[in-house]
Amino acid sequence: MNPVTGWAFLILSSLKAASLLGLLFLIIAVWTLVERRGAGFIQNRLGPNRVGPQGLFQPVADGLKNFVKEETLPPFSDRLLFLLAPMMAFVPAFLTFSVIPFAAPLPTPWGLLGMQVADLPVGFLFILAISSLGVYGFVLAGWSSNSKYSLLGGLRGSAQLISYEIAMGLAAVSVLVFSGNITLGEIITRQQQSTWFVLPLFIAFFVFLIAAYAETNRLPFDLPEAESELVAGYHTEYSAMKFAMFYLSEYSNMLTASGLIVCLFFGGWDIPFTSWDNSAPWTVWKSLTTFCAFWGKTLSFYFLYVWVRWTLPRFRFDQLMDLGWKVLLPTALAFVMVVGVAVWALDASGIGAGARGALILAVVNVALGFLLFRVLDRNRVLGGAGNRRRAESHRAAAGREA
Amino acid sequence: MAVTVKTLRRPESSSSYVEATIRGMALTLRHLFQPKWTMQYPEQKTARDWTISPRFRGTHRMSVDETGAARCVACGLCPQVCPANCIRLVPAEDAQGNRYAAVYEIDEFRCVFCGYCQEVCPEEAIHVGVHYENAEYSRDRFVYDIARLTTQTHEVSSLWDPGDPKGE
Repeated sequence: MNPVTGWAFLILSSLKAASLLGLLFLIIAVWTLVERRGAGFIQNRLGPNRVGPQGLFQPVADGLKNFVKEETLPPFSDRLLFLLAPMMAFVPAFLTFSVIPFAAPLPTPWGLLGMQVADLPVGFLFILAISSLGVYGFVLAGWSSNSKYSLLGGLRGSAQLISYEIAMGLAAVSVLVFSGNITLGEIITRQQQSTWFVLPLFIAFFVFLIAAYAETNRLPFDLPEAESELVAGYHTEYSAMKFAMFYLSEYSNMLTASGLIVCLFFGGWDIPFTSWDNSAPWTVWKSLTTFCAFWGKTLSFYFLYVWVRWTLPRFRFDQLMDLGWKVLLPTALAFVMVVGVAVWALDASGIGAGARGALILAVVNVALGFLLFRVLDRNRVLGGAGNRRRAESHRAAAGREA
Repeated sequence: MAVTVKTLRRPESSSSYVEATIRGMALTLRHLFQPKWTMQYPEQKTARDWTISPRFRGTHRMSVDETGAARCVACGLCPQVCPANCIRLVPAEDAQGNRYAAVYEIDEFRCVFCGYCQEVCPEEAIHVGVHYENAEYSRDRFVYDIARLTTQTHEVSSLWDPGDPKGE
């Protein structure tokens, strides 16, 4: 079946965009509740359960509240940028999801309809480019508020996002090298043909996962917000819907990151252990089941965000930088080298980067993972710049005692 | 002696970030499925491990005799003993020469709920009660007069008994 073209393409794409946006909003609304009830359950309490059955209408009440609350506009702020910043955070957060394929192609009377809003040939680069734009929203919010807490939050946000973007990009580079393509659809196809990339590229997945937490400003890396230190960080001065836009963009970024992890490492909309779902002829039934598979996987990672938030304490800022630049970046760089060499070796030996090649690389990953988590992770304390000095003073003190 | 800073050595030889993280995640996952402690208050006023103590001292209650009149004989001991000075008592005498309280008001805002009034009362008339749902729409509703005190129906506090300090 041929892809949809012409007017049908325009109309169907608009429909896809609108319904995906609605779906994202719905999931985000539900997830604000999941977050709060998850927090409650982890702390052995119930969480908000009063509005509607099991508190299901709590997000509606929250939304209404945000609409009718007073919009504050601090007189000391830079008015234009203050108003612009929430939008600059909001738009890229929702834009990035448009290239993520979320189901098998759907056959329609007008042709085959790809189940992603925009099937860009540069897929992954688009995500990197647009998600980096979000940092402007945070920095401008922090700066235009003209308040100490906001400024500190914005500065922290910019430093953190830029640092972890490198590790994130490099971790993704090993996926791109291994799959030989940067279109997300092609990456998923490669995973369906061989195996999910989490096996051969586990180290990259690990780095990507951590960097994704830092990129979305979530605990343990929520330093731009850091309630206990900075009131609310970059959105301290914001209220009502403007605040809600930052809130929504945070949750949307998390959802996009989860979707991206699923696409790059967990086979996208692939249903594991079967192959009937990933080849023509495409049917509505296939689209539906793969749709459920994709969202099942994505929401699991979305829940992981909640779970991690109520488990891990916040890093100190120098520790955060230490982890990003001295641990994740070298790890990701070294792993790109490993994958590069492995792909070259597999090609040279005629095995290729298919299922067998992936399994060989998975074995390599087990060894590397052992090295990383059992050997290098030991005897190490993230301490930032002062750590070496402190270690030296320890040694000196130990020398005096002996 | 020179000022020294004591630096504590971290247990670096046994530290592992990944291991500690996984252990923490396992712990919170266990908590996710544990029974919850929340008591759903307005519907549920006692929980599986909590009931209000019979010694709780809340808003007052005046006991009545078989005719329905307040048992108070207006002896004046409770306003005397009250550390917060929240009881206003105007005594009076009826035709048979029985003393009664013409005015008996307790300002529950002033009251510190010490329970001395109950302890000192020779007629066991005034009591502090096991009761805590006292919300009102205006401040003057918190001055309880004798009609209000006699119509309260909640449990009265058993107070602390020196002979049974643990309440057994």
